[in-house]
Amino acid sequence: MAYVGARIKRKEDVRLLRGIGKYVGDIRRVGMAHAAIVRSTHAHARIVKIDASRALELAGVVGILTAVDMPGLKTIPMRTGHIPGLERSQQTPIATTKVRYVGDPLAVIVAESRYIAEDALELVDIEYEPLEVVTDARESMRSGTPQLHDAVPNNIAASFQVDVGDVDAGFADCDLIIEEEFSTQRHAAVPLETRGLVAEFDEGRGLLTMWGPTKMTHTNWRILSELTGLPQSCIHFIEPEVGGGFGARGEFYPEDFLIPFAAMHFRRPICWIEDRSENLKTMNQSRQQKHRVKIGAKKDGTIVAMDAEILFDMGGYTRTHGGVPAISASAMLRGPLGVKNYRCNVFCVLTNKTPVGTYRSPGRYEANFVRERLLDLVAHRLKLDPADIRRRNLIRPDQMPYDLGKHPFHYMVYDTGDFPSQLERALAKIDYERLKTTCAEAKRQGRAMGVGIGCFVETSGIGPWEYARIEIDNAGKVVLYSGCNSVGQGIATALSQIVADELQVAIDDVRVVHGDTAKVPYGNGSNASRSAVMAGSAALGASRKAKDKLIRLASGALEIDAADLLLRDGKVVVRGAPERSLSFAELAALALPGSALKSGLTPGISEEDFFATDKRPFPYGVHVAVVEVDRETGLVKILDYLVTEDVGRKINPMIIEGQMAGGLAQGIGGALLEEFVYNEDGQPLATSFMDYLMPTAMEMPKAQFISTEDFPTPHNPLGVKGAGEGGITAAGAALANAVSNALDVEVKKLPLKPDYILELLRKSEIHR
Amino acid sequence: MKHEINLTINQRPYRGEVEARKLLTDFIRDDLGLTGTHVGCEHGVCGACTVLVNGEPVRSCLMFAVQANGMELKTVEGLAPSPTELHPLQEKFWELHGLQCGFCTPGILLTAEALLREKPDPGEDDIREWISGNLCRCTGYQNIIAAIQAAASRIAAKK
Repeated sequence: MAYVGARIKRKEDVRLLRGIGKYVGDIRRVGMAHAAIVRSTHAHARIVKIDASRALELAGVVGILTAVDMPGLKTIPMRTGHIPGLERSQQTPIATTKVRYVGDPLAVIVAESRYIAEDALELVDIEYEPLEVVTDARESMRSGTPQLHDAVPNNIAASFQVDVGDVDAGFADCDLIIEEEFSTQRHAAVPLETRGLVAEFDEGRGLLTMWGPTKMTHTNWRILSELTGLPQSCIHFIEPEVGGGFGARGEFYPEDFLIPFAAMHFRRPICWIEDRSENLKTMNQSRQQKHRVKIGAKKDGTIVAMDAEILFDMGGYTRTHGGVPAISASAMLRGPLGVKNYRCNVFCVLTNKTPVGTYRSPGRYEANFVRERLLDLVAHRLKLDPADIRRRNLIRPDQMPYDLGKHPFHYMVYDTGDFPSQLERALAKIDYERLKTTCAEAKRQGRAMGVGIGCFVETSGIGPWEYARIEIDNAGKVVLYSGCNSVGQGIATALSQIVADELQVAIDDVRVVHGDTAKVPYGNGSNASRSAVMAGSAALGASRKAKDKLIRLASGALEIDAADLLLRDGKVVVRGAPERSLSFAELAALALPGSALKSGLTPGISEEDFFATDKRPFPYGVHVAVVEVDRETGLVKILDYLVTEDVGRKINPMIIEGQMAGGLAQGIGGALLEEFVYNEDGQPLATSFMDYLMPTAMEMPKAQFISTEDFPTPHNPLGVKGAGEGGITAAGAALANAVSNALDVEVKKLPLKPDYILELLRKSEIHR
Repeated sequence: MKHEINLTINQRPYRGEVEARKLLTDFIRDDLGLTGTHVGCEHGVCGACTVLVNGEPVRSCLMFAVQANGMELKTVEGLAPSPTELHPLQEKFWELHGLQCGFCTPGILLTAEALLREKPDPGEDDIREWISGNLCRCTGYQNIIAAIQAAASRIAAKK
């Protein structure tokens, strides 16, 4: 029985279910002290004075560090999404002369306990010279608005253009042109575990150990080395259990410098675990974009041209992923539509709010909302069914691979797929024709019921390379050292399935090691739904090399030709004579230096592989939402929901469906509930779960998740496309379309909160 | 000023000396080293810190350790009957993919255990309502509900 393709129970689970998995907050080191970060209470201000004298007098305070203690501070660099210009607004790990958002770090307090450290927070006296605050991106770009960074006029951190085909000629050839403005609200990953780090410096040997880094372990390892001057060989990162990432956890934050710096300064192990209100103010936020789009169509619904302007609200600084949400939005705005004429002007704008990074399906959640709403608006004007306008415009399978045209920062060739039949599958499964009748009947009875479609193409499996090493230990167990990371997604199980199949061992005889820089020398981490694709393909390559080595060792020992040997049940056996075999343990013994060197073989069974690619596979699918809206309260009830997604090839269908379901929950949160609100002084108003509303079990509909593997990708030996983001990506789109359909209104922004819905209803009453 | 407290956790006696303001969560995790109970918000909203106090699910971040003096607690570490067996809830969560990152899981398991004692045959709506006070950011809840229902059947079948 093959493991790949099967619903294998996860290897990660038992320890987590028993409560014995160690997250960073569970790490205890002898003599460990605790840090708390003093943070700006102003959104924009000059720092006049920091006086820590009262705090230093508090019993139990070990010390306090400010920028004065950190000479030669460099800014945290970008690791991706580097649109030229963004480097001018990067962040130093601690504020030096100015603060640019509420939460900007000003000082690090180290104390014997977190309780005392938090007591000391209130005793640090800071004098600010408040500056004018700007919180709206469009306002921020106007001349005369306060400038956040000296080197960045008009707060436009960067801008670029995408220009494909001939948009102006396209518009000249249209029967209908509409121009609309859309906006999506600030919300974010908000994993259930807050961020944390434990740093310990062995003064005697000059070695720094850090627990907590994840997602981009090796990249951050290099960044910390560059920022501190400590060579990578003196830094050891260890990944503990991780309580969710979704794009926000694991980037290099200010604290990723401050905590190890403090550990080296005070010569004590230091633990820093942020609390929730801190997390809601300082972990990367996302999703806030304004889109102005002009779309042109023929009478039959064919979309001929799209011209867009995207304002990407970046917050106070450029973070490690640079302009990725803007790059992604501008690259994927057309989604599965075959629109040859497309122009997009992108502005990355600084504002006095929490800095922004990526969140699951960055830029695409926003872009899908915009495009799918536009399709419904055009369909409405042309009196076409929303399903029909999509049928008219979806890229056809005979057009694959489909080149969307050049983008300065994004790979743009869809590999494989059949978008039209995926739409038909979704519509058939939810019985779209009958639903339309049901909704019409409900409306006649005074109930606002509607259905909405959201088609999507996701990007996944980004390169450029990934590392794997397979070793066979003395007991014949297989160990995979992988450059990926775990944020809770089950990657160790999926990789074990691939390795176990290739080496013909029981899955429990495979162990996966990741996130430990002393054991894994290279890696590009886990983001952008890349791990099954990249870490999986590298694991496959390393397994194949290990298989060759095992066979070569057995061939020499048994004096049998390699062609007559095969792997079975953790042994190398002779074809046709299975009683003649050598177990992996026996082969590992033969590979020990003593015997291997005598036979002229390289000792050990330790095979490395890199899988490299400059292409990406694109999974795709459809969301369909059925809602009923209460016209009195504006509350949206989701009656039914369906997500279909083709992922090329399924490694573990149970894990894939889990990703779709979890993604959908977040997508619903983003569409209906979650918002980081700021007042005009840049004060964040959603700083606890009582204000930032997360979906509970009561908000989740009973949804159907259909994953298919009809169109593997040619871009990796597994044929896999990454399945991490399909569940979230078109939820805003489908729900906005369903609400618009239910109420006969034109939704143009998210979230679909009751007050916005009631406002739309009032406006539509006026027009009747 | 420190106060002496005595309590039972997972049927074992524990003693501690704590400040009045020390949260029960921090006492369990930091003083006693039982780190299976997690801290998600400290505001009493997310439910990750849920433990059973005299059988009732309680948010341990909303209790001071001194308030637990003389009480009987159960944490996730006490759920499995032995180091080699799992509780039916744990088995079904494993089988039906009811967890991903595992951070919310201990709180949900204990809430579910209390639910199944009060309602051994819960409907889906009962389960949704009972766990509505536990946030999960990874799973979307569907598999959690299915796992709790399956555990209920399993427990009933074993009787």
